[in-house]
Amino acid sequence: MSQLAFLAPLTPEDAAKALGAQGARALSGGTDLLVQLRAGRARPSVIVDLKRIAGAIGVREEGGGFVIGACTPGILLSEHAALSRAWPGVVEGASLIGSTQIQARATLAGNLCNASPAADSVPAMIAGRATCVIVGPGGRREAAVESIVLGPGRTSLAPGEFILEFRLPPRPKRAADAYLRLIPRTEMDIAVAGAAVNLTLDDAGTVTEAHVVIGAVAPTALWLREAGAALVGSRLEAPAVEAMQAVVRAACRPIDDKRGTVEYRTRIAGVLAQRAATIAYQRARGVI
Amino acid sequence: MSKHHISATVNGDPVEFLTSSGATLLDVLRDQLNLTGTKEGCGSGDCGACSVILDGRLVCSCLVLAPEAEGRRIETVEGLSDGVRLHPLQEQFLKHAALQCGFCTPGFLVAAKALLDANPDPSETEVRYWLAGNLCRCTGYDKIVRAVMDTAAELRQARIPA
Amino acid sequence: MSETLKRPGARQTLNVVGTRPIRPDGADKVTGRAAFGADLSMSGQLVGRILRSPHPHARILSIDTSKAAALPGVKAVITGADFPDLGAEVLAGGEAVTNLADMAANVMARDKVLYDGHAVAAVAAISAEIAEEALRRIEVAYETLPHVIEVLEAMRPDAPVLHATLFTQGLEARPEQPSNISNRTRFMRGDFEAAYAAADVRMEGRYTTRAVHQGYIEPHACVAAWGSDGQCEVWGSSQGQFMVRTYCARVLGVPISNVHVTPAEIGGGFGGKTTVYLEPVALALSRASGHPVKMVMSRDEVFRATGPTSGGVIDVKLGASNDGKIVAARVEMMFQAGAFPGSPVAAAAMTCLACYEVDNFEIVGWDVVTNTPKVAAYRAPGAPLGAFGVESAVDELALTLGLDPLTLREINAVKDGSKAPYGPTYQNIAYVDTLAAIRDSEHYKAPLGPNQGRGVAAGFWFNHGGESSGAVHVADDGGIVVVSSNPDIGGSRAAMAMMAAETLGVPLERVRPVVGDTDSIGFAMVTGGSRTTFATGLAVVRAAEQVIEQLRQRAAMLWEVDADKVAWRAGEAVCTDPEKADLKPLSLATLAERASRTGGPISAQVSLNAQGASPGFGVHLCDLEVDPETGVARVIRYTAAQDVGRAIHPSYVEGQLQGGAVQGIGWALNEEYIFDAGGRMENAGFLDYRMPVASDLPMIDTILVETTPNPLHPFGVKGVGEVPIVPPLAAVANALRRAIGVRVPDLPLSPPRILAALEAKQA
Repeated sequence: MSQLAFLAPLTPEDAAKALGAQGARALSGGTDLLVQLRAGRARPSVIVDLKRIAGAIGVREEGGGFVIGACTPGILLSEHAALSRAWPGVVEGASLIGSTQIQARATLAGNLCNASPAADSVPAMIAGRATCVIVGPGGRREAAVESIVLGPGRTSLAPGEFILEFRLPPRPKRAADAYLRLIPRTEMDIAVAGAAVNLTLDDAGTVTEAHVVIGAVAPTALWLREAGAALVGSRLEAPAVEAMQAVVRAACRPIDDKRGTVEYRTRIAGVLAQRAATIAYQRARGVI
Repeated sequence: MSKHHISATVNGDPVEFLTSSGATLLDVLRDQLNLTGTKEGCGSGDCGACSVILDGRLVCSCLVLAPEAEGRRIETVEGLSDGVRLHPLQEQFLKHAALQCGFCTPGFLVAAKALLDANPDPSETEVRYWLAGNLCRCTGYDKIVRAVMDTAAELRQARIPA
Repeated sequence: MSETLKRPGARQTLNVVGTRPIRPDGADKVTGRAAFGADLSMSGQLVGRILRSPHPHARILSIDTSKAAALPGVKAVITGADFPDLGAEVLAGGEAVTNLADMAANVMARDKVLYDGHAVAAVAAISAEIAEEALRRIEVAYETLPHVIEVLEAMRPDAPVLHATLFTQGLEARPEQPSNISNRTRFMRGDFEAAYAAADVRMEGRYTTRAVHQGYIEPHACVAAWGSDGQCEVWGSSQGQFMVRTYCARVLGVPISNVHVTPAEIGGGFGGKTTVYLEPVALALSRASGHPVKMVMSRDEVFRATGPTSGGVIDVKLGASNDGKIVAARVEMMFQAGAFPGSPVAAAAMTCLACYEVDNFEIVGWDVVTNTPKVAAYRAPGAPLGAFGVESAVDELALTLGLDPLTLREINAVKDGSKAPYGPTYQNIAYVDTLAAIRDSEHYKAPLGPNQGRGVAAGFWFNHGGESSGAVHVADDGGIVVVSSNPDIGGSRAAMAMMAAETLGVPLERVRPVVGDTDSIGFAMVTGGSRTTFATGLAVVRAAEQVIEQLRQRAAMLWEVDADKVAWRAGEAVCTDPEKADLKPLSLATLAERASRTGGPISAQVSLNAQGASPGFGVHLCDLEVDPETGVARVIRYTAAQDVGRAIHPSYVEGQLQGGAVQGIGWALNEEYIFDAGGRMENAGFLDYRMPVASDLPMIDTILVETTPNPLHPFGVKGVGEVPIVPPLAAVANALRRAIGVRVPDLPLSPPRILAALEAKQA
């Protein structure tokens, strides 16, 4: 019988050391790991709880942007007024993960490193050009969020590496984001498709920068530069939006599974991207 | 690896227990602390029957490892009433017939308490979304939602100084 | 919103029945004290776990348990070889008849596994970790066989055959080859073909449903001990302690009286706990290990190895005259039975046209085995499938004829004197009143917004009586203990106590109801079939009447008058002899206190086979809103009306209507068993099985139709639990049809399916 160990290091260095062991798994909110443990899909030798590291939980404003501790549960993000104002799409992505109970536990780092194609918090983080601070045996490094997930269940983190915090850049005026996902019920489902849109406008309401990211329609979340480009220079007139939707639908490479069909996911990704763009646009203009 | 010696507070009382690394808080509550009011319906955080309040936050105890409980405050359904005096939520659940089989009831009560602690005046929609992580297969939720709304109104009334 | 519709001028003469007291077991259930199946531990108990087949269809070549048995801490390993071989004996203990050999082979596979999740071996160990490690060390050699999941495929002549001994019954001639078709059921009246050919309007459609699970939140659980004297103890949650007793005894080959079963509180069943899965295994492990054994299923096991109800294909033909009279109907249904025969297709056949007066019909039902879990009863078993087909087709007929859907149903409605399709003549039914209740509701008159539709559907269920027992004991101080023979699954203790209090004329607070174990109360059939408040309630009322008879005799003895000079009024003995007018009434407390001097304890038990259950009718109204870009549909308003006879505790009757409606809504919109190409269930968890959550729903309004109490019950009770799941499938589907202008005949009405229908309509 293999014996499972549990460690709760207090410093990043100790955590990196503990995670360097063979068969070590990081524990953040645990809402995926515990399910995998129970189902026998994960059989680690040691679980390393990262939540007791100083700064692992909490949100702080720094250099005009935000720093989010990697183990911050979703509920603390939606309770943070300044973050919710500046990054409503990032916050709604995180807030859509699971129930009230899950919101008290599930974290951005866990959602990202679980590496599910359908992770709700990831598209808006990528669209927001967020980065993560990674700690490992070799020290610290910073990487773009989109560089972390390689495919379902696979990340670019080296053995012993873990995410310490996320950084969201300073917000210019007239900028906002939005995230939408589709689920058959109103709650408690995994996204069939998701779309995040992050827009910056000029004083006249013309889009100057746009990032469109779609989720659950490919092995990883997809940052579609051309979809964003289609919106730049527009005020979200129909031709621009349709061009954006065309890029989105062409990029979809979903699978048929218990949560949706290829055809449906592709169709819906376009609908969600259009709706998310509209919401982000209205937010950026201060209409909502 | 030897077991972990954990100290925590459960329903206001200090408790200590020994646990293996992989045991959940739910396992410890039910099998070691004899608090079987907290139920297991799925073991994957999808039904809310194992809801407890951990340091003031509503969680599924099946998704918390027992060693994580070190130094934490835990409230379970057994701690809701004041001795034999029922909590207003418990009274309203009975008055409204908001339970049939009663298996999901402890989880709903704990979740509803966390809601009313955070939001004394929730709308019907807020109640329904807050409780979306608690499955009930018997009632169709109607009477549960009414019981929670009426409790909220009762507690608001009680707060008005005479 | 809840309303009650009474007969105009009806007088309320009851004090307790019809009120809404706090349920007597309520405090335990809101404080966590109530003990459910997994909440009891026995001294020295082990943990039992089951190894399940990963294949939907395979021959078991060998099972090597030696490595598991050698693991320290493992106390027993058993397989099918540890159970006796049983003949094909039919048992009538649950809601349906059960073939004993099939049930035993479902509890533990013998030579073949027939579905993903079928039990093949079990272990008992000193911890869960060791038990699970032991399961990993059991080596099973399988020869995998081709499998079949879908009912129509299973009926094909070239389909893989599950049972070489299965020859279709109910045909004119016994077939020469075995097949997966276990049975054909047929009901006919008049001449369907001629009437259909002559009809002004003809309508034809195929409707399909998927297997769905009962979805009770409490997983199956028990703890069991086999004593060294051969006496067996079982504690566990089920819909019938006597069912568990009989089934365990028969599967293990021991005398029934050697098995003592204590019913735990039950965390939902809906029919799914009317059979055994774990209990015989726990007893066999206990016998092998010498320790009590506790077993609790995981949610994954609950989905893969228990329940569900059938998926089905329902073909409907309706012929009608231009003025809306249905003159011909044909319904043919093919149901998945799962691994062993016994789908509820016969009940579907009996109920599918039960709301309609039709002179010419033919109803055919096919029971088909498939490589899926053996179906178990689920709330009005079979009826929701048949009603989905017929009520959808009736809605199409209404659209074709340009008739209001309620009007069409009124034109064809059964009433007292109508002959039910399955034989009997209806008496004391209130279907027409139930239709009128919906017509008169505010909901029916309310305007609809864009992308919204309103659906109507009706439903029928027989409601059962059957064997039950009840006892009433009087304590020294006049307190009353009522012992019910049936597990309380949704408030039946309250109903028993209220009926006893009403009969005895005592305050409800003086009555303490309990559920008896198998050694403390007479036999009863399961809590199911909407029978408990009716049949067990009847036993309790009769026992209370016997207690009153005893009390009158005791009073007569004390007064030295004839017993016929003593009346029982408002909880007191009153002397009616005009010559003794000065005698003060004797209270129950006084009579109880003096009982030892007047003949000893006062108590009565009644066991009976209740006849006279009255069928129930429901009419549901559903408003649905559809997002035309995504195909997502939401129920935005819902009203359920039902002929309930008389509600003992109206809140719990409303709860039955609301809960049944919501289960039906889940069935209609999202729930389904999904299998991969390898025949394995893909969504064996609450996350992807998608039962309704609170935010998916509006309030569920109810109308209790009490215009027609059941005259064959002292308080007019009709069964209420099952009817409410019959109409919703079609009520939702009909609302969708009217919201989007096109029929989606296949459940569930998932967003991809709705969007595809919308796009096909536009194309």
